[in-house]
Formats: sequence, C-alpha cells, structure tokens
Amino acid sequence: MLDISISYDKYKFLGNEFLTWLWYVIETNINISELIDNNTENIIFETGNSIVLENSLGDDSTEKISIKGDDAGLEEGATALKKGAVVTDINLVMKIDENEFQFTIKGESMNITGLKTPSAGKIDKNDNIEGALLEKAYLCNSVFQIIDKLFIVFIKKRISQDWKNSELVKIRNWVKL
Amino acid sequence: MDFYNFKIKEDFHEYSDMIRPEIKQLKIQQYESKNLNSGVFMGILSSSVSISRYTVEKKKTEDQPDSVLEIVRNGLKENAITGIEDDYEEISIGWTPYESPYDPDFEKFSFVFGEYFIFSLRIDKKKIPAKIIQKHTAVEIAKRLKESDREFLSKNEKTDIKDQVIEHLMGRIPSTPDIYEVIWDYEQALLFFFTTQKAANEELETIFFKSFKQKLIRLFPFTLVETSPSFTDSERDLAANLSTIKFSR
Repeated sequence: MLDISISYDKYKFLGNEFLTWLWYVIETNINISELIDNNTENIIFETGNSIVLENSLGDDSTEKISIKGDDAGLEEGATALKKGAVVTDINLVMKIDENEFQFTIKGESMNITGLKTPSAGKIDKNDNIEGALLEKAYLCNSVFQIIDKLFIVFIKKRISQDWKNSELVKIRNWVKL
Repeated sequence: MDFYNFKIKEDFHEYSDMIRPEIKQLKIQQYESKNLNSGVFMGILSSSVSISRYTVEKKKTEDQPDSVLEIVRNGLKENAITGIEDDYEEISIGWTPYESPYDPDFEKFSFVFGEYFIFSLRIDKKKIPAKIIQKHTAVEIAKRLKESDREFLSKNEKTDIKDQVIEHLMGRIPSTPDIYEVIWDYEQALLFFFTTQKAANEELETIFFKSFKQKLIRLFPFTLVETSPSFTDSERDLAANLSTIKFSR
C-alpha cells in the first residue's frame, strides 16, 4: 500500500467526486435504497444546511464557495458546478424509515462532523449507560454503512467502461440545467 | 479532602463517625469517584458528535477471546493517563475509562460494553496564551535592559529570556484536559474515534500501537477502496489509476 499521507492527498479527489455524484443522486431523486440493494429499509437523502465547493483554477490556486443557512438557496452551488467546481463538504439529512440523521461529510477524509442521530432516550441512571452507548454505536454505524455502500456503488461506476458514456453524461446534463 | 469529608459527613448526617473506618474509606472513595465523574461522561452520548474512522490491522496470529480481553485490559492499564509529574512537562497522554475520565482506574470501571470496547483518550496539555508569554517576556526584557544599563539585547538574549519565561509559566499553570472517546469493534476490526482533530488523531495512532501492538489505518477514500472486501484486486488497480474528471463541459 502507498504511504498513507501520499495516498490521502493523491486520492482526495475521489471523495470530492463522490460527494458531487451524491448531490446529483439526491437532486435527481434517484432511489437510494435500490441503488445500494437495500430491500428492507426506505432510505431518503436530502441536502441539509450547508455545502462547500472548490474549483481548481489550474495555477495551484483554488476558489472556494461556501453556502450556509437553512434557507440558503443552492443556486450558487449549481453555478459553481457549471464552472467546474466539485463538492468538498456537504450537510445531509438521511432518513432510514422513521429515523432521521443529520451530519456533514468531508470528501477528502470521509470524516463525519455534527452527527445528530435519533434520540437515544434520557439517561437518568448509570445502569442505562450501557444500553444508551450500544444504541448510539449502532446508530453511528448505520450512517457509515450506508455511506460506505454508496461509495462502493460510486467507485464501481467510476471504474466501469460505461462511466464516460453513461453516468458522466447524465451528471453533465444535470450540471448544465 | 476537607471538602469531601464535609460532604460525606453531610451525606451520612452525623452518623459517619459510627461507620467502620474501612467502610467509611470505601464510601469516601466511591463518593470522590462519583463526584469526579458525574455529568462528564457524555461525549458519545451528546446530541452532536464528530467521528473519524479506522480499520485495525489484523495480527497474523489470531488471539483467543480470553487473551484478547487481557491484551486490551493490559494495554489500557499500562498506558492509562498519569498526572503530569514534572511541573515543567507540557503534555500527558493516556487512556481512561469512558465512565471515569478523571480517575483512570480500569479495575474499578469497565471498558467492555456489549460487543464493543469503549474507553477514552485523555490529553492533558498546558496551554499558555501567546499574549501572556508576550507580556512576561516584554517585562523581563525591560528589567534586563535596566539592570545592564543597555539600550538593546541581542536576538539570542531575547530568545533565552522567552524560553525562561515559558519554563517559569509552565510550572505555574495547570494542564487542560481534552477527552476523546473510542469505540472499538474488535470482531469487525473497526474503530470510531470521536473527534476529527488532526493532532488528536495522530496521538491516538501512536498510543494505540504502543498499547496493543496493532496498527490503525485511517479510513479515507483510498484506504476505503484498499480495505473493502467489495472490490477485487483488478478493481482496486483500476481505482488506483483514476485521475480527476470535470463534471462540467
């Protein structure tokens, strides 16, 4: 395996491309449960309250576009995409059946920040701590499992022969709108 | 200790003197422990959390479940945080039980919760605000100029004074503790670290290897592809050869 810090820098573009693709998937209402072959749960993603895009200007400089706030429109994001930007961070609302999660994911590290899971109930006694911890671990794991499955789907598409003639064309048509 | 004695006395009303000394000592320990830790073990359970993920590199020889527990317990105990012994030491790093961040006693508090190992990494660091260093250095420089009846000090002299000021202040200020929780799913060789701070992640990687002789591999795009069983070797090669594309025309 490549040196960790080298591989981190070299392939961070894959994380940013994944988030850009995920935005396309959300905005074009592609069925995520079907996409990841999950027949038992209804999984819905929505964009949350922030998105950060980055546009490489070619001379080692980059242009960063941050859109924040619950009521902020994403038109600026769409404009940035048209100029060649990619998503580097995105706040997402993920619903698994009745359970709602909200978090921000960073493309280059796949780190998750500000993760809000469904309430694990109030803890009033030390005896309840183990149950609450196990539930929280399960909820956090659920988020990563779905993100990982989506990432695998993206990478499989990205390395496929069809990528340039199929998925990329669809994304470019969406960006153009 | 006076405070605790007073509180204990309050809790036991005036009967505390009637309790057998060894029982009383145990009660005091429990009381101190409860008070040291009450309300602080939220972290993972707080309403908003940040997580970085690792896979744990598997050892060539698989350990028996009993020995796994012992290995982890020993690793935690041997590398539990100790107080900053030297007044001038800047940092102290070590493990502490999840339920007891300020009493790193793995005999008294468990690290096994269901199928997970859950504990915390505590980093105690002395942080001197830059403005305080600046102020004390300026005062010392002025003092030195006056004493030596000179108008200027050399760069080296100023650096020496600054170093002395930092050393002096280090001995005077207490350290600030930061606590980051760890959930380790041993079976799945997966670890959640409840922070995304780079410095804390680096400390975790170092102390984890020192404690358990197992290497942590951060999960980010490249390592996710490399470690996921969903990809064949040829798919990994294709992914490794990808380069950026433009989503706009």
